[in-house]
Amino acid sequence: MNVKQLIKRYRVFLILFAVNTVISFAMPEIGLTAFSNTAKNIKEMISVIPPIFILLGLLDVWVDRQTMMKYTGKGSGLKGILISFLLGSAAAGPLYAAFPVATVMLKKGSSLFNVLVFLGAWSTTKIPLLTFEAASLGMRFMLTRLALSVIGILMIAMITDKAISQEEREEIYHMQG
Amino acid sequence: MFTYVLYALAGAGLLISFMKDKKKTKMALKKAWKSFENILPQLLTVMIIIGFALAVLSPETISKVIGSESGVLGILAAALIGSITLIPGFVAFPLAAALLENGAGYMQITAFVSTLMMVGIITIPMETKVLGKKLTMMRNCAAFIFSIIAAFAMGVLI
Repeated sequence: MNVKQLIKRYRVFLILFAVNTVISFAMPEIGLTAFSNTAKNIKEMISVIPPIFILLGLLDVWVDRQTMMKYTGKGSGLKGILISFLLGSAAAGPLYAAFPVATVMLKKGSSLFNVLVFLGAWSTTKIPLLTFEAASLGMRFMLTRLALSVIGILMIAMITDKAISQEEREEIYHMQG
Repeated sequence: MFTYVLYALAGAGLLISFMKDKKKTKMALKKAWKSFENILPQLLTVMIIIGFALAVLSPETISKVIGSESGVLGILAAALIGSITLIPGFVAFPLAAALLENGAGYMQITAFVSTLMMVGIITIPMETKVLGKKLTMMRNCAAFIFSIIAAFAMGVLI
C-alpha cells in the first residue's frame, strides 16, 4: 500500500486529528482533555486487542468450515446457541472487536441467528464484566440485569433473524469475502 | 486480570499451533493482522470521537440529565447517551455507581448501562461491513427498545 492509499484510508481519522489539534490551541481545556482521553482509549485498545486477534487468526486457520457448521451452523439447535453464547461471554474487549470474529463465523458457515446470539453475549454477558458490575453496583443489580439480558439477547436474535429475507441473508454471507 | 488469561490462551494456542504446523501458524498471524488492519481506520476514528465526547460531557452534566427525578425523559436521555458514548465497561460501572450515589435513578442507570453495551451508534459503519445495513439497523433498534424495557423491569424488580 503506498502513502496515497494510506492517507485515503485513514483520511477521516487524520481530519479529526487535525481538528482536535486546532481546538487544542483555541480551547486548550477541551482539546487537550480530548487528546488525553483518546490516548487512554487507544492504550486500552492496544492492551486488550492482540490476544483476541491472535485467537481469531488461529480459529480461522485451524477450525474448518465443516466443524464450525456442525457446531454453530443451521440445525445445530440448542447446542449451537449455547456454544455461541459461551463464545461471546468468554470474550474480553469492546463490541467492535467482536465484528471481525463475527465475520469469521459467518465465513465458516455459522447460522445468522447464532452469530447474533454471539454478538449479544459479547456485548452484555461477558464474565469479567459481570464480576465488575457486581462489585460496582451490587450482586442483585447484576443478577437481575443478567436474567433480563439473556432473555433480551435471544429475543433480539430471533426477531432480527426472522425479519431478514433469504436474499438478504445470502447477501450478508456473500459480503464476508 | 482476565486480559492476562486471554494472553495466556493466545500464547499457548500459538505455541501448540507452531509445533504442529509452522506454515499454518504464520498464516494465522497474517490473518490476525489483516483483520486488525481492516478495522483500524474506523477504530481510530471512533477513539478520537469518544475522546471528544468525554471531554465535552462531564459526569456532572450527565448526572443532571438522568437524576432519579427525571422520569421517562431521563430514561430516554440515559438510553440515548449510552447509545452514543462508547465507554469501556470498567470505566462505565464505577461511573454508574458514582451517578447512583449522586442521585441518578436505577431505571436511568439501567438504560444507560444497557445501551452502552448493546447499542453502538458510532460503530455502525464497522457493524454494517459485517451484518449489512438492514440487520445492523434492526439489531441496534431492537437493542435500544430492549434497554428501555429492561429499565422499566429493573424499576419494578429492584
